[in-house]
Amino acid sequence: MMKKINKVKIRINGKIFNLKPKMTLKDVIIKYKIPLKKVAIELNKKIVNKQELGKIKIKKFDKIEIVHFIGGG
Amino acid sequence: MKEKDFLRISNKKYNSRLIVGTGKYKNFEECAKSVEISGAEIVTVAVRRVNIQDKSKPILMDYINPRKITYLPNTAGCFNSTEALRTLRLAREIGGWKLVKLEVLGDKKTLLPDMIETLRSTEVLTKEGFKVMVYCNDDPLMAKRLENAGAVAIMPLAAPIGSGLGIQNKTNIKIIRSQTKLPLIIDAGLGQSSDAAEAMELGCDGVLINTAIAKAKNPLKMALAMKHAVTAGRYSYLAGRIKKNILGVRSTSKKGII
Repeated sequence: MMKKINKVKIRINGKIFNLKPKMTLKDVIIKYKIPLKKVAIELNKKIVNKQELGKIKIKKFDKIEIVHFIGGG
Repeated sequence: MKEKDFLRISNKKYNSRLIVGTGKYKNFEECAKSVEISGAEIVTVAVRRVNIQDKSKPILMDYINPRKITYLPNTAGCFNSTEALRTLRLAREIGGWKLVKLEVLGDKKTLLPDMIETLRSTEVLTKEGFKVMVYCNDDPLMAKRLENAGAVAIMPLAAPIGSGLGIQNKTNIKIIRSQTKLPLIIDAGLGQSSDAAEAMELGCDGVLINTAIAKAKNPLKMALAMKHAVTAGRYSYLAGRIKKNILGVRSTSKKGII
């Protein structure tokens, strides 16, 4: 029988994602191929230092915002 | 006139006095081409969510190189100080941008600025080390308060955003000009190139245009028109216009008349 893995339910940019436990923010960035130099990341309304992404593990109900520049007036 | 007539904002020099917005264009190609033709060295940009699942779509930075053109992050769509501060802190995090455009709107119909929230945000951002260019009403008293709060540029509207009405209160713009040495940039409400020239003739240091170019029937031609209008208006201002006279003043000497 396969071992059941409890997935972690988080929100990224308003959408629900079920991710593997023990993932770091860096793992999330790599998984979704986010161009790190062109974005800013917020975890639960706090800006995350991009150097520290590997140190932060995702947890249930985390809200992540990943933003970039678009056209605007 | 001095040979080099730079626009100076927060100790940086720019050759062009035209700042353009990058919203509302048909596509990125048209936007990038317009920016190039306009000669603008600063473009405003907005901060929005990345599309996580579909990254095949092009992004602004693929078309306008932020190393060549200064990105001026704005707070378009923010209706209070909290939203504006959050947006600009994120913008700074993307790539160390400190020069920002603050715009806090107060009404969804007119898109007029909420000056109480704008002033508060200017104070906070300045304390945090931002260089804040502030979109504001054409109100000399409020402009003075923004200056005292540490704004690096005063950017009063000509008329509501996207309205194309041109400068509605020339007197107030003149008063603001006379009271400040900060860069004075007309932001919002211009409709055609003569409006841009007029702003420059009033002594403004620059203009910020988005809709009038992006939504013109031919944005590329309008970008060129705006470029020339800004230059023409600036030279006209520096040259100093003649006095107005209700009677005719002859151009040719009467001496030697036959």
